[in-house]
Amino acid sequence: MTDTIETSQAVEHPVMPFAGAINQALDIAMELDPKVYLLGEDIAEPSGGVYKVTKGLSTKYGTHRVRKTAISEAAIIGAAVGSAIAGYRPVAEIMMMDFMAVCLDQVTNHAGKIRYMSGGQTPVPMVIRTSAGAGRGFGAQHSELLEAWMIHTPGIKVAMPSTPADAKGLLLTAIFDDDPVLFIEQMMMYWDVKRYGGPVPPGDYRIPFGVADVKREGTDVTLVSYGRQVHDCLATATKLAEEGISCEVVDLRTLVPCDEEAVFRSVHKTKRAVIVHEAVQKCGFGAELSSRIHEELFSELAAPVQRVGGANTPVPYANNLESDFLPQVHDIEAAIRKTL
Amino acid sequence: MSERPDAPDRDTLLAMFEIQSRIKLCDERFRSLLTSGQIQLIYYSPRGQECISAGWGVHLRPDDYVVTIYRGLHDHLAKGVPLRELWAEFLGRATGTCKGKGGPMHITHPASGLMVTTGIVGSGIPIANGFGIASQLDGTDQVTVVNFGDGASNIGAFHEGLNMAAVWKLPVVFVCQNNLYGEHTPMAMSTGVEFISERAAAYGMPGVTVNGNDPVATWTVMGEAIARARAGEGPTLVEARTYRFYGHLMGDAMEYMDKDERKAAMEADPVVLYREWLLANGHASEGDLAEIEEVITAAIDDAVEFAMNSPFPDAAELYTDVYAEAQQ
Repeated sequence: MTDTIETSQAVEHPVMPFAGAINQALDIAMELDPKVYLLGEDIAEPSGGVYKVTKGLSTKYGTHRVRKTAISEAAIIGAAVGSAIAGYRPVAEIMMMDFMAVCLDQVTNHAGKIRYMSGGQTPVPMVIRTSAGAGRGFGAQHSELLEAWMIHTPGIKVAMPSTPADAKGLLLTAIFDDDPVLFIEQMMMYWDVKRYGGPVPPGDYRIPFGVADVKREGTDVTLVSYGRQVHDCLATATKLAEEGISCEVVDLRTLVPCDEEAVFRSVHKTKRAVIVHEAVQKCGFGAELSSRIHEELFSELAAPVQRVGGANTPVPYANNLESDFLPQVHDIEAAIRKTL
Repeated sequence: MSERPDAPDRDTLLAMFEIQSRIKLCDERFRSLLTSGQIQLIYYSPRGQECISAGWGVHLRPDDYVVTIYRGLHDHLAKGVPLRELWAEFLGRATGTCKGKGGPMHITHPASGLMVTTGIVGSGIPIANGFGIASQLDGTDQVTVVNFGDGASNIGAFHEGLNMAAVWKLPVVFVCQNNLYGEHTPMAMSTGVEFISERAAAYGMPGVTVNGNDPVATWTVMGEAIARARAGEGPTLVEARTYRFYGHLMGDAMEYMDKDERKAAMEADPVVLYREWLLANGHASEGDLAEIEEVITAAIDDAVEFAMNSPFPDAAELYTDVYAEAQQ
């Protein structure tokens, strides 16, 4: 556990929704640095974003710093790239991660490569915040998780928090990082305080990239996850604890950079690993991580590494099918049992 | 209304000639060294398009921003990217503008204001808006000039970018260097309008077509567009009509280009005609112009030697500059 999380629990900070923590991080960053500005579709008042994540910010900072744009993803990301090179720290919002496909050229060919292509002369310090994930009945084009695309693109950092406290601390780090960061927010978590709310420390604090957080300690099997599925892993761990199976839950928090050492440390202890993510399992980040665990710890493993991910399908609409698409606690449980 | 330029003075006329000649002579040297096999690289000749870059080049300040594309040598030179570093980058040397890691398609030299060179058609347009937003938020009167071809006006980034610039009145000048071909396809086969500038009306911004081979006319139009942007009056789409002498890239068989059309264009070489015009109108003597050319030739000799004698990047450079920190 990080100091931050321990502190937050020890002094019982007020419980906030995930979206509220992100709003707070944006507010703090804008207050701290006049070079931070936001742009994206519908982000200004009166709506404050389709999920209200940027609520109040255009009133506080003005519409020159909270810029509501046309529905033009390539223009949004291009503008972020140019202004980042010119010394700003833009936070661009892509409303749904599926829409990344519309601006992928600006993200991969430009945001991701410009530092390298210029021999380090022109860093691109920008954040792309995007909401993602299935579970809300939005169907195939408003539900995808595409982090593997970006992980496969050198030059872009990727963060995907699981708790409000992590979201705030990681977003502040992302904004003041000198590289482009893709910041993925699963929309299921935004306002569901009961399931995904959590204590959030006040003020400015930063959670460093590349530092995983052990969300639950255990000895029999390591569950490696990130984002909302960390909660499913924790629920599975609670369930299996009843039969004496002790699961350790490692929350990666950032995927680029990835704290592989924390994973190796845990698997070295438990000898078993299950990787869980919502994105389609095939060629997902779990495949890379599984390979890395096998490369480093093959002789120590008591069983092959298991992966649990989304079905190899577009995200379906019907509630029962969407539920089957998503990795569920029973899927995680089944994968764990294969390793025992 | 902001102050508009009227006619270029002698210094400006000669400054344009200097830029044009720098481009022409650099291009000739590249092609000569490529043809003789002394250097090897993918080369997109800007020959024929010199007057356009010179036309905006003399209006810009060092702190103004320029964004361009892979056929960008003329724009790099017009914005003042130094010859030595430019040549070294083209040759992939450690002393190049980008340490040899970007190459001709990605020349970057912030000290000159040459901010981005992209290899993706049209993609510089939305990025240019970002520089415009930065100037607007900073409250400066810096201007961004973004260059692209006629082909780029058919890609989505053009539409999204021009719309955003118009809505926010960004200080950006969109310069379409219309050389009549998008890669291997004549404009008439890919584009539904006769003039790219007509498209400006769709975004609510001024659009103007100018003969990009007429240096003074181009200077006037660029001056007006740049002055508008500098005065906070918003963006302009300038279509500068020109011709690409050597096809899409070096080695292109150019079978898709009309031979007579190309011959006529090359006979009306804008740099040669401008030189003759300067002499005929008494703006300069043969000695004045020859001296400018000699100085450039000597600078190119020096740059080629510098580049040829520069080391290739260290092997460790493969892994640097991917992220702010060492490789993740």
